[in-house]
Amino acid sequence: MSPLRDWPIKRKLTAILLLISGLVLVLTSAAFVTYQVVTFRGTIQSHLATRSRILAANSTAALAFANEADATEILAALKYDPHMVAAALYNQDGRVLATYPVAATADLIPAAPQPDGYRFQGGRLVGSTPVAQGGKRLGTLYIASDTKDVSDALRLSGVIAIVVLAIAMLAAYALAAALQGRISAPILALAETATAVSTRQDYSVRAPKLGEDELGTLTDAFNQMLVRIEDQDRELRRYATELEQRVAERTQELQERHEAVRRNAAELLAANQELDAFAYSVSHDLRAPLRSIDGFSHVLLEDYAAQLDQAGRDSLQRVRAASQRMATLIDDLLKLARVTRAEMRTEVVDLSGMARDIVAELQRATPERHVEFAIAPGLEARGDPRLLRVALDNLLRNGWKYTAKQPRPQIEFASTNVNGERAFVVRDNGAGFDMKYADKLFGVFQRLHSAAEFEGTGVGLATVRRIITRHGGRIWAEGAVDRGATFYFTL
Amino acid sequence: MDPTHEVEILLVEDNPTDIELTLRALTSRHLANQLFVCRDGAEAIDFFFGNAPNALRDIGVTPRVILLDLNLPKVDGLEVLRRLKGDERTRTIPVVVLTSSAEQPDIAAAYRLGANSYIVKPVDFEAFSRAVSDLGLYWLLVNRPPH
Ligand SMILES: Nc1ncnc2c1ncn2[C@@H]1O[C@H](COP(=O)(O)OP(=O)(O)O)[C@@H](O)[C@H]1O
Ligand SMILES: [Mg+2]
Repeated sequence: MSPLRDWPIKRKLTAILLLISGLVLVLTSAAFVTYQVVTFRGTIQSHLATRSRILAANSTAALAFANEADATEILAALKYDPHMVAAALYNQDGRVLATYPVAATADLIPAAPQPDGYRFQGGRLVGSTPVAQGGKRLGTLYIASDTKDVSDALRLSGVIAIVVLAIAMLAAYALAAALQGRISAPILALAETATAVSTRQDYSVRAPKLGEDELGTLTDAFNQMLVRIEDQDRELRRYATELEQRVAERTQELQERHEAVRRNAAELLAANQELDAFAYSVSHDLRAPLRSIDGFSHVLLEDYAAQLDQAGRDSLQRVRAASQRMATLIDDLLKLARVTRAEMRTEVVDLSGMARDIVAELQRATPERHVEFAIAPGLEARGDPRLLRVALDNLLRNGWKYTAKQPRPQIEFASTNVNGERAFVVRDNGAGFDMKYADKLFGVFQRLHSAAEFEGTGVGLATVRRIITRHGGRIWAEGAVDRGATFYFTL
Repeated sequence: MDPTHEVEILLVEDNPTDIELTLRALTSRHLANQLFVCRDGAEAIDFFFGNAPNALRDIGVTPRVILLDLNLPKVDGLEVLRRLKGDERTRTIPVVVLTSSAEQPDIAAAYRLGANSYIVKPVDFEAFSRAVSDLGLYWLLVNRPPH
């Protein structure tokens, strides 16, 4: 059997009620039975005393005269009372004069008279009464009666008590069973609701309220809690759904973006390949006719110089100059394309050394120019050495070119700090430019000076910017007309 | 003098202007009368390996230098180069790639296949003329062939 604390509450309640009523009934019955027995004993004791006194009164003559036969006869009348077990008459000397029954054994009759009075002894009621006449004691009457009446009464009241107890217990059980529901029903309902909530996760169920007592309050509180939980659960589910939706949307978005990136990459690859093909054909197919133009202009000038006047010769010279300029443009464009396509190999590059090389080259090519150079030592950066060389070459060459009209040209290569970031600087004191057009500098074919002032193609800075961008850096310029120009770049 | 002996320069070039300009440049150095021209790659291969009515090959005359354009009809220049350098009999003839292409892959491929020199044709006629005549002089007069 399961321990008491695991019993269902119904059984517990019933058991408690039965235990209490059982205890009360048993105590009551015991009291009843005790009272019965005590009362009955008193009654039979006083009956015996009365009878003894009557018998003693009748026996005075027989004792006075020591008449044994009379005494025996008087005692023999006791046979009409079936409860009488034994009796004896003792004379003054304490000798037995007569007994009942006549042949009473020694264990029934004490040898000497007992002290006066009545008592229960060995399942019998025994007593001694003085036999006296006119104040003179003649002897003693001893009498013994069984206690069958008492035990009968005891048995009867016991039976009555048991029957009453049984009936009362049955009634108590029935009542308990009927009434415990008042207490257990709301608790069971609560328990059932709680089980439903926890097993089905259904927060919409409510415990039925069965009264306004403490259990009713408990039910109310429980239901209120459920309402709150249900609200929170609903909110939570809403958030979860929203989140799921958002995740789905974001995933979709990412996939789309990924797809777009892949498409872009594919397009870029295709564009690059196209550019390759384009560059190839430009380099091949555009140059050949240019060579013809230049070549045959030359042929004309050489072989037919005599037939041409000065204007004709000038025109041919212009044709040649134009074709050569176009060749330069093509070459520069090809360089730009190459910069875009070239694979990057990153290493630590000694920019100062690179700048010194370029300057040396410039001085060798135009030894008649005297430009003052200031190259900061030890400038290094991570990048592709070939590309960085092209970039630096363009910037220094520009400085060289745009200081051509300056009487004391100066060019500087250094590094500086711009908003906590290291930037390299190429500065000159040449022609400069109008800051209004600063953003145009880096466009392909964009020039701020006319070909008459300074010749060029306008591809150089576009190439530089592409190189810097490919390195993840930025480039920008500052300048003023006739006050020089400064180019900054980060890597 | 046997006319075949005069073939000292073989020019493989499809562009008539370039042929004429090359001729002009060589003429200025008196090198043009020993020039033979193939106008596409197939013709050049025939010149050396074909059964076509080409006396030059049968007689066993080999040019002293080959000027090879890359962008040729039918069989392109790199293929011609590969055939020439892959054959015992023609391997030793110096091949100068003379082309408009300044593209790195072309240059690399040409040298890999065994070109002896790679020259980008300048657009400027004077520069072009100088380059062609210089290389003619170098390979014909300065350079000493193995035989
Ligand atoms: N150091 C400089 N000083 C003044 N202007 C410059 C300088 N560098 C570049 N610029 C201006 O930026 C333009 C674009 O330069 P770039 O792209 O190098 O072309 P290019 O030098 O062939 O003209 C130049 O035409 C010139 O107007
Ligand atoms: Mg420039």
